[in-house]
Parts: sequence; C-alpha cells; structure tokens
Amino acid sequence: MSECMRQINPDVVPAFPITPSTQVIEDFSQFVADGKVDTEIITVESEHSAMSACIGAAAAGGRVMTATSSAGMALMWEMLYVASSMRQPIVMTLINRAMSAPINIHADHSDSMGARDAGWIQLYAENNQEAYDNLIMAIKIAENMDVRLPVMVCMDGFIISHCVQTMQLEDTEKIRLFVGEFASTYPVLDTENPASWGALDLQDYYMEHKRAQHMAMKNAKNVIKKVSGEFADIFGRKYELFESYQLEDAERVIIAINSVCGEIKEVIDERREKGDRVGLLKIRSFRPFPYEEIAAALEGVKIVTVLDRSESMGAYGPLFTEIRTALFNAPQKPMVYNRIFGLGGRELFMSDIHDIFEENKTYLETNRVEKMFDYLKVRGG
Amino acid sequence: MAVKDYIRDRFFPHIWCPGCGHGIAMNGMLRAIDKLGLSKNEIVMVSGIGCSARITGYLDFHTMHTLHGRALAFATGVKMSRPELTLIAPMGDGDALAIGGNHFIHAARRNIDMTAIIMNNRTYGMTGGQFSPLSGYGIYASTAPYKNIDHDFDVAQLAIAAGATFVARTTTYHVNQITDFIKKAILHKGFSVVEILSQCPTYFGRKNKMGDAVDLMELYKNSTTPIGSDAKKENPDLVERGIFVEKALPEYCSEYDKIIDRAKKGI
Repeated sequence: MSECMRQINPDVVPAFPITPSTQVIEDFSQFVADGKVDTEIITVESEHSAMSACIGAAAAGGRVMTATSSAGMALMWEMLYVASSMRQPIVMTLINRAMSAPINIHADHSDSMGARDAGWIQLYAENNQEAYDNLIMAIKIAENMDVRLPVMVCMDGFIISHCVQTMQLEDTEKIRLFVGEFASTYPVLDTENPASWGALDLQDYYMEHKRAQHMAMKNAKNVIKKVSGEFADIFGRKYELFESYQLEDAERVIIAINSVCGEIKEVIDERREKGDRVGLLKIRSFRPFPYEEIAAALEGVKIVTVLDRSESMGAYGPLFTEIRTALFNAPQKPMVYNRIFGLGGRELFMSDIHDIFEENKTYLETNRVEKMFDYLKVRGG
Repeated sequence: MAVKDYIRDRFFPHIWCPGCGHGIAMNGMLRAIDKLGLSKNEIVMVSGIGCSARITGYLDFHTMHTLHGRALAFATGVKMSRPELTLIAPMGDGDALAIGGNHFIHAARRNIDMTAIIMNNRTYGMTGGQFSPLSGYGIYASTAPYKNIDHDFDVAQLAIAAGATFVARTTTYHVNQITDFIKKAILHKGFSVVEILSQCPTYFGRKNKMGDAVDLMELYKNSTTPIGSDAKKENPDLVERGIFVEKALPEYCSEYDKIIDRAKKGI
C-alpha cells in the first residue's frame, strides 16, 4: 500500500501509527524523507487529529490519503462523518483489525462494519493485488464529480497486510495518468473565492445535504463500475461490484468478504472436481451495496451461507442482513443463513469450509435450516 | 508478602525486549508496593496501549488494559466511584503525553489522588520506533531517518505547571530511587507523577547508535544529576533527578465529598 501511495503521490498524508497499519505509513514516510514523493506528511498526536488534518488538507484543495486500523479508526469516528458530509474525497487504507476489548491486534471486520453508516465508500480485497488495485481505483472513484466521497480500502490485518504474495506492480507513470490531476471543489485556499465548510445547518437544510450524500453514494455504484472498466482496459485486471466464483450453475453458495475467500475458492475447486455444484460470491463494494445485482447473481441458487467476520451483538451479522434484504424481492428465494467466524483473527481452515458445504448440503436435502445463526469454531458453542 | 506474590507468573515470560528498561521500572514499583505492605485488593492498576501498557497483564492487582492514551481517564472513573482504592497508572511517553496529553494535564490540574508512572523511552516501541513527543530534536527514529525536527518538553515541568502536587524523576539506573519515589508518590494524597527514564535498546538505542542497554543505562548515570547539584551549575545539559514538588493541596475526591455534604445540608 505504501508503494501504491508513492506511485499516486498524494499532496498530504496525516497519520498516526497503529498496528497492523503502521508499516504502510512507516514505509511511506521513508519515501517522503528520500524525496521520492512531493507529499507533506503530518505526524499527529492521535487518529482524531489525523482525520481532522485530512479534512483540513482536502478542504484546502489537496489530494489526501492516510491509513489506520481498529481503535485508530474508532478514534476518527466523529471525523469520518465530517469527511463524508463535507464531501472530501479522502482515500484511506483500513487494515481490518478487531475492536477492543479484550485487546486483540488480529483480523476481523468489526472496525469497518461499525463504520458502514458513516458515508464512506467501502471496498474490500481478498489479497494484496486486489488491495493495491482498489487503492488506485479508489482515488478516481472518490474524486469523480458525481461522487466526491471518501473511500476506505479494506484488507485483512496480518493475514494479508503482513503476507508476502506475488503480485503485479504497475508502471508509476501509467498510474499517475490513470488517476489524473486532483481537481478540488471550492478550496479554502482560493482566497479570491472564499468558501465556508461545515457551517451550522439545522432543520432548514440538513436533510437536503444528507440526501445529496445519499445520491452521491448511489452514483458511486455506476462510477465504481466505470472506473473498474477503465482500469481493466489499461491494466488488464477486471473487477465488478462483487466477484462471482463458480456461481453460474451453483446450487450452494457461500458469501464472504476479504481473505477467507481465497480458501473458499480452493475448497470450491476441490469439490467441483467431484461434481459438487458449489460457488462463492465475494463482496468487493459493501458501500454502496449492490442489492439488485446480487439478487440477480443468486438466481437459481438454492441455499446461501453468509459468513460474517464481525458481530452486531443482538442482531444478525452485518453482511447477512444486507444479503437477506437483497433476496427479499427475488422471485425464487434461496434458503439463507448466517455464520460468524474468525473474530480476533481465529483461523478458518479449508477443512472448516468443507464442513460448511457439508452442513448446507444437509440443510438443502432436509429442506430445513436448523440453525439460522451460529458461531463457527468457538468454545462452548 | 514477597514481590513474586504480586506477579501473575502464568503470563511470563513478558514481551519486553532483552535489555528493555520497563522490567526494572516494574520491579522497582513492586518493591515500593511491597514495602508499603499494600494488599493486592487495595490496588487498581490501569494502563493504556503500548509496551508499558502490557504491565497490567503481568501484575496480580485489579487491572485494566484500556485504550491508547486513556489510562488516566479510566482511572479517574475508578477513583471517583471507589476513592478508598489506590490507583496506579503506568504509561509510556507516547501514551501519556501525545494521544493522552490532555488527560494528563487535566488529571494533574484536578489533583485527583492517583500515581501516574511515565516510563519514558522516547519512542513508540511497540509499533516500530516512531518518534514520540519526547524523542527530542535531532534524534533518529524510524519516522525520522534524517533526524527529528520536533522539540520535546520536560515532563516534570509540564506536570508542575499543570498542577501535579508530587513530581519526581529518576532512571532505570537508579533502581532504589524508583522504589523510593513510587513509595512516596503512592502515599502522597493528590496527583503524583513519577517519570522513569527507561531505555529502549531495540529502537531508540539502535537508531541513534547509542549502544546496548548497558550503554544506555550508563548514559543515564552520566547524564543525570540530583536536583540542585553543583554539577548541574557547571553543566546545564545534565538532566535533574529527584523530587521536584511535594506539596499539600485539596484533593479532588475529598473536595467532591465536601460538595455533596454541603449540598445535602442545603436541602
């Protein structure tokens, strides 16, 4: 991600270290110190200040990036809403990590899922290549004049962030040409045309501003598709709002996010060899959420297991609620149920994924979902 | 009670690097608690995040491992609801004085009865040796490969200005002083600050080519001096050790109780 930030060459990067995202900024700060980028890096005293500085720098008319994880993003909370409401196209790498307490530094999605209503576009990545590609595309998506929203590019802490993987790095000039020059809207540093940001807005106009954000997020869906198309033309890797893996004729499907999808694909390959019609739907864009597209992609599917790597205590997992909403108006609804896994970095092995496919096979054969909601691999479960 | 009885040895070995000063600080603190004859159940220890913060896992008191910079905020909550307990908040320099700086000055200003121990290793050790607000001008860090341009500040002077009523400083070389100061700090009724210069050979020492743990401790021996010593007059660069302030001022929880009493009489 640091290398990608070097290639993008943002104007300002305010940051504060938190495991496991620290390395992103550490390596990037070396690029700054070595004069390999034109970026101003601001080392602040907390994440609240980091996001505040991001908003200030973006409002002043700069292209702004940062990175954080877990509690770091939680401390940005207040400012996350300010960033999206002020329509600042900030791009942030979020290395997904569990929220405290107990303190845990490993991967789950409780940080980003908690922020799903903050008005940020959320893109997820299965591996380093996808995270790198998403970061490049995020700039263009965020800065699109029909969008102008911040984007968080999410990937699993340690499993991906600290993993050595083979990947294709693209040519810096090509990337800079792709993302283009930053175009600012009403920059506060334009002293000829002074502008106010975030002024008091009560019963009179607040709702109109919220609706404008809603419309921008709606527009974002098409813009993500468009930018992904342009990316594919230039760099050759194709991305959709979600990835369909062996979905065409699948009867039994897992829906999941991020790194676990790699193992799921391996398991699907093994089972397909034996003629088992199983598939995967991997979410890339969680905000905006592609309801209609997912419903269409799941046509003909008989049973869906939704894997959530975060909890919404007292409710179903956040991904499950979206999926079931997407399916509600489908002409032929598949059976659908929810499993929570991998909190705080607990591994889900290929054998566990085989177990999931065995379980949904039984559910399908007996035409009954025995447990709508359950934890996978937990003591006392 | 033996010092060992205060330790949760099932969590050992600890995670601190070989040569880290935090173990010495912990040892000194335990000896102080032992000398005071405090029982485990009288003590609540609250820590934030970082190398220093791991201490709450190792010690067998009521302990809370909380959020980065927020140890004093959590501790204030505990103290307000159970003023009879002894509150100790061990923190790192980044933890206490960057992200937690605001809590630090306001806890001092209120003069709430607790002991803040700042293990100052002048770096963010756990996340990889970034410069902290106490690294100082001209220091190398992983985020300052061409030297740091940020100035540091004097923790003791800041604590005094903010209103702390007990302020002391020592180093991991001066082990007996650690025990002595922490003992006095715990006994003191009010907000106490003990700064312990604690070596980080892994990052601070290595990045600044200052040698290993022994070299760093030798530096503590040679670059510090007792408060008001003749040596300080000759060499103003020496860092002063000792008790800077020890004064009696109304303590926050007692004042709060008085307010309640007054208000009740008014009804």
